[in-house]
Amino acid sequence: MTKKIKISINGVFVEIEPGTTILDAALQAGVIIPTLCYHKDLCVAGNCRVCVIEIAGQKRLAVACATPCEEGMEILTNSLKVRNSRKHIIELLLSEHNADCTRCYKNGNCELQNLASEFKIMTQDFIQLAPLRKYTIDMFSPSIVKDDSKCIRCQRCVRTCVELQGVNALTVAHKGDHMKITTFFEKAMNDVVCTNCGQCINHCPTGALVEKNYIEEVWDAIADKTKHVIVQTAPAVRVGLGEELGFEPGARVTGKMVAALKRLGFDAVMDTDFTADLTIMEEGTELLTRLKKVLVDHDPEVKLPMATSCSPGWIKYIEHMFPNYLDHLSTCKSPQQMFGALAKTYYAKARNLDPEKIVSVSIMPCTAKKFEAARPEMHDSGYRDVDYVLTTRELAIMIKQAGIDFMKLEDMHYDRLMGESTGAGVIFGATGGVMEAALRTAYELVTGREVPFENLNIAPVRGMEGVKEASIKIENPLKEWAFLEGVELKCAVAHGLVNAGKVMEAIRSGKASYHFIEFMACPGGCLGGGGQPIPTSPEIRRKRAEAIYAEDAGMPIRKSHQNPEIIKIYKDFLDHPNSEKSHHLLHTHYTSRERF
Amino acid sequence: MPGIKLSEKTIGIIQQICSDFRNEGSELINVLHQTQGKLGYLPAEVQEVIAKELNISVAKVYGVVTFYSFFTMIPMGEHPISICMGTACYVRGSEQVLAEFKRQLSIEVGQSTPDNKFSLNCLRCVGACGLAPVVMVGDKVYGRVSPQMVKNIISEYKEGCASEAKSA
Repeated sequence: MTKKIKISINGVFVEIEPGTTILDAALQAGVIIPTLCYHKDLCVAGNCRVCVIEIAGQKRLAVACATPCEEGMEILTNSLKVRNSRKHIIELLLSEHNADCTRCYKNGNCELQNLASEFKIMTQDFIQLAPLRKYTIDMFSPSIVKDDSKCIRCQRCVRTCVELQGVNALTVAHKGDHMKITTFFEKAMNDVVCTNCGQCINHCPTGALVEKNYIEEVWDAIADKTKHVIVQTAPAVRVGLGEELGFEPGARVTGKMVAALKRLGFDAVMDTDFTADLTIMEEGTELLTRLKKVLVDHDPEVKLPMATSCSPGWIKYIEHMFPNYLDHLSTCKSPQQMFGALAKTYYAKARNLDPEKIVSVSIMPCTAKKFEAARPEMHDSGYRDVDYVLTTRELAIMIKQAGIDFMKLEDMHYDRLMGESTGAGVIFGATGGVMEAALRTAYELVTGREVPFENLNIAPVRGMEGVKEASIKIENPLKEWAFLEGVELKCAVAHGLVNAGKVMEAIRSGKASYHFIEFMACPGGCLGGGGQPIPTSPEIRRKRAEAIYAEDAGMPIRKSHQNPEIIKIYKDFLDHPNSEKSHHLLHTHYTSRERF
Repeated sequence: MPGIKLSEKTIGIIQQICSDFRNEGSELINVLHQTQGKLGYLPAEVQEVIAKELNISVAKVYGVVTFYSFFTMIPMGEHPISICMGTACYVRGSEQVLAEFKRQLSIEVGQSTPDNKFSLNCLRCVGACGLAPVVMVGDKVYGRVSPQMVKNIISEYKEGCASEAKSA
């Protein structure tokens, strides 16, 4: 172990590991230094200067986030010089910022607003440049609104887009006072390589990047008595929503969320977990069929590895970056879109409703789902399959607007027909979950035995490592799967698009020999999605993941193929997995896109 | 290459430059420099080809092109005019000189005349502060320029006899 070094912060001596930044050392000493451009998920930029501090004996102030501690340093975080400088820095940031806070979507959840409030910025000592600048507001994307008038150029979004996601849709262009955060040739976000993952929104400290919200449209639909408004909730929403409504990260609020949705006035509250289970049936069958076609029939048209297709951010990423590999994607729609297609067919028929009168809403931890629902091919029910997609954050806003005391709600159950789910469905919300759910079912279908992991928990695919690998050897399969005898099924799991890119490069260069890969666009999977509560951090995502697995462990049924409503839908409506009807309603195709 | 309207020949030139630098993303600035030297400017389509060849993001290419004032995304005129806006030139009246060039040519900074004969740009210090204010037309340096001289400077190039003007 290296020797600790001794420093003093505001006169208090502390011992810390060498290499610790002043910002982290201060936190350990219980001293909070304000930050803006700093984020735990990202590399240090040191460009906003809000975290300036004074080091005894040094004339110039230093930035706490980018300065490592040295033996004997005497640090002052609250001297007159520091306070004055910090206040000026905030005032300068505000002079270029459209500070029309009451009309801002991020009002109440803005780091710049919090700082202005903390430091009581009551005057305007600097020339207000915001009104003079010709700022652009980009509202063309169905997922993301980019308002340059709110941007403080901290570049968290650029670092997110480059480091976490490897997408590079956003860049820093021009210089000096013309410097701005933009795209290639300042095109609209909708016209570039942007995957709509929304991670830039999760990491933006102000209102410069927010989701395109559809709250009023949904309120209007609920108020329209001629409409039957149904809602589905994605797995990860139940472990995130609480954070917006007074709970600590990691709180499971499934029952309260269902109760709140009923109070908001939705006519039926059902679960995307049901179609997650359905995805396992369809995708698992597709995988086994592909394995047979490759291993037995040697069909050159059929591609392995097969990649999952649940994450619309990942889908748009591969369409832009690896358009020659679209054959590797499972043809299965995402659970959201499966639900949408069934809502206006299966559900409408069972409930004797005119599908034209059904408004289908989904609550998603995701902004890319908004784009996915708007894709032209997502009309297989004969109507737009999912009409409105709301993020976890938007749902929280509606619950607050409705005056619901969320904490006091009694738990309620989902409505029937498409509301029953299993532990396999809920783990779709965490990285590795789709893989685990698929293996639980596929292994059992092939061998007649449960997957050989304790309590069905497939530990190798769990956790926050960027790329995870697992393999299962198939022994003594049932007669019809005899060709799989001795086959070692090789799987991989990647989350965060930068990791997805690494796996795809390994496939392209022939270095990887997987059969099946789960890809999720967001770090941690859907629970870290671009529509989840802000802030996000590795620790918060870990807590949400624990909640997801606790939810799974508490479910009476934990394998998709045992979900009674899944058994029923195949008996009453779809026939069997990958049937003609399934292909029409539940499967899709992909579009090759340019890499701008 | 769908969506790109460059000629095969131009694409070939860019590909050659990229391969001269081993198609390495870290050589971006050198590639841009050489490409602008060959093609005169770096429009969107050229940036797209470079990004593809170097396997880097086109947004990053755009970021670099817009950061350095040396790079231009619009075609330069046959006679690129640059007015120095460095401190010495500025205090000795280069702003008035620039205003006169704008008036005479009816273009703004960063634009070219419709006949593509002249383009107008600003630069920072050519190291001839003793001659301030300084104007460059192509490679030729004019010192102690006053607004009154602007018309004559332009007319030197108007008849297409730049070589004569140079020897004059």
